[in-house]
Amino acid sequence: MTDVSPTSSLLTVDDRTRRRNAAEKRFRVYGVIAIVLAMLALAGLMTSILSNGLSAFKQTFVTLEIYLDPAKLDKDGSRDLDKIRKVSTFGYAPLIKNSLQTQMDSPGMAVEGLKAKDAAKMVSKEAAAEMRRFVLNNPDMIGETVSFKFLTSGRIDGYYKGRVTMESAERDSNISPEQLMFADKLKDAGLLKTSFNWGFLTRADASENRPEAAGLGVAILGSLYMMGVVLFLTLPIGVAASIYLEEFAPRNWFTDIVEVNISNLAAVPSIVFGILGLAIFINFAGLPQSAPIVGGLVLTLMTLPTIIISTRASLKAVPPSIRDAALGVGASKMQAVFHHVLPLAAPGILTGTIIGLAQALGETAPLLLIGMVAFVREFPGAPPEGLFDPAAALPVQVYNWTQRADPAFAERASGAIIVLLVFLLFMNAIAIILRRRFERRW
Amino acid sequence: MYDAPILGDAVNQKTTKISARDVQVYYGDTHAIKDVNVDIDAKTVTAFIGPSGCGKSTFLRCINRMNDTIDVCRVVGDIKIDNEDIYDKRVDPVQLRAKVGMVFQKPNPFPKSIYDNIAYGPRIHGLANSKADLDVIVEKSLRRGAIWDEVKDRLDAPGTGLSGGQQQRLCIARAVATEPEVLLMDEPCSALDPIATAQVEELIDELRNQFSVVIVTHSMQQAARVSQKTAFFHLGNLVEYGDTSQIFTNPQDERTQNYITGRIG
Repeated sequence: MTDVSPTSSLLTVDDRTRRRNAAEKRFRVYGVIAIVLAMLALAGLMTSILSNGLSAFKQTFVTLEIYLDPAKLDKDGSRDLDKIRKVSTFGYAPLIKNSLQTQMDSPGMAVEGLKAKDAAKMVSKEAAAEMRRFVLNNPDMIGETVSFKFLTSGRIDGYYKGRVTMESAERDSNISPEQLMFADKLKDAGLLKTSFNWGFLTRADASENRPEAAGLGVAILGSLYMMGVVLFLTLPIGVAASIYLEEFAPRNWFTDIVEVNISNLAAVPSIVFGILGLAIFINFAGLPQSAPIVGGLVLTLMTLPTIIISTRASLKAVPPSIRDAALGVGASKMQAVFHHVLPLAAPGILTGTIIGLAQALGETAPLLLIGMVAFVREFPGAPPEGLFDPAAALPVQVYNWTQRADPAFAERASGAIIVLLVFLLFMNAIAIILRRRFERRW
Repeated sequence: MYDAPILGDAVNQKTTKISARDVQVYYGDTHAIKDVNVDIDAKTVTAFIGPSGCGKSTFLRCINRMNDTIDVCRVVGDIKIDNEDIYDKRVDPVQLRAKVGMVFQKPNPFPKSIYDNIAYGPRIHGLANSKADLDVIVEKSLRRGAIWDEVKDRLDAPGTGLSGGQQQRLCIARAVATEPEVLLMDEPCSALDPIATAQVEELIDELRNQFSVVIVTHSMQQAARVSQKTAFFHLGNLVEYGDTSQIFTNPQDERTQNYITGRIG
């Protein structure tokens, strides 16, 4: 029984159609809601990271005229480098104090209750080391007055970034309101400035007490080394394995098992690869801890399944008619694959590889287990030997910095996340460009 | 004027190029080709006709061992080309396929230039010693493919940019570039419009002078137009094989008659 009468008109919508249209409309609304939620989450994430982290790229510097006092640096006046070297950073600290004393003595600069000894604490602990390096490189300058641009301590820097206020300084043993007032005077005098901080990208990590000197240099280099190792190993191994499995391997129980295992490996938690790396590469093979080579090998193991899966997918996407055409003119199987199938699959393979690399770049857990979490001050050497030197990695550096007490490190952790994201965006952009450029139609 | 009597003579003088004896093909458990015995003449166009799924393409693909690429496919029986068993262990399918060219249903030029499409086969088989040699082969093949005049000014253009009919003629030119003796065509016109089809059919007729052509087709008119011999397949059996004129005017088997008159298939 149907209620379609001969008089039913196209101009009136029947119930069934109305329900169908309503369902479609509902589905569209769900879609829009999902996308809006995703965008909001992304926007929230980006705002939080950017607002916390962008300030890490700026740093407050103070310019001081330092008199390199021969009486302190070169007592017998021989300018003998070996003797100058014996003067530790403690010998340089008074020079900063003297310079600041001179500043405070000049008219209008004095702050009541502030001693030069305390004022010297406004300058980063890194300053003395910096001066010592300068003097060792230029011993002739002893006795001269040299203008230095020092990092200020993390608290002074925080004052100009809004992290430290006069009130909080009252309760803080590391900084006093008097110091902040003096900093303001120095700023008015044009000696204290906030400017872009290349050191954040080039310096090594620094200890708990001097967040202002901490940088990502070692971590960036370590991550680059690891990516190099991963790329160098996964691309040939992954592509060769995929080509074999996809084009040459017979279909039998053995290849089925291999296939299932590769899919499963792609889903294994990354920390498991870390344990494996620790057991095999460090404990068994005796490779050094914290070394980019070990990190690279572990990340290679982790990335291989991803790359094999994406490479096989792009090989599969090449139409079989191309293989038939090549075989039809008498190409061997290998020629058909290497001359025709592989070039057509290349954009997909490259995209998959880069996305695999990006995943590896952001991976933290397995690196913690192989000791990349160590505090590393020294830059690793040039590859290939440098691959065996200790280094840090970007995501681990983020993890490291979020563990530290000083709030200045929180800012730097966010800054490091920005650097990491920029790297990832850059890699994804390359993937898109490669895909656009090499994608061919057939 | 002269072709009818002379052609008749020529057909009678033909020697057997391909001979198949008791060929069985299995796809896994499916018995796709059953007891096929056929002698295909040299320098003749032989058409395989039959309803879909009757095994004509499968049998065609046995002749250059393209079925080897399908894991589950198994071929039993003898197929001989010039009295050599092509399923002999010593035969390298790659060498066989240089001798037995193939044109596929869908035009499948390589996504490369027109020049490279033709030059690829001769290159991998080492047929040309120099660029000049290769240029000669490319021109000759494109002329044989009846497409030279249309593409001679744009040999560097991608082969995939041509129209469907041009692409198929390019594929034919590519197949003849390796100087095969047999040319297998698997429904070469099914993706083409009537004008392109006419051009390709004309070309097939010319190719008969140099090659033994085996063509699978769905169109009985096409079989009647281009072939001298016709084989009718039905459900994996070779039902009837004979001169085209005889098959279409005086079929011996009831099934052939039913198919030709449109009652089955």
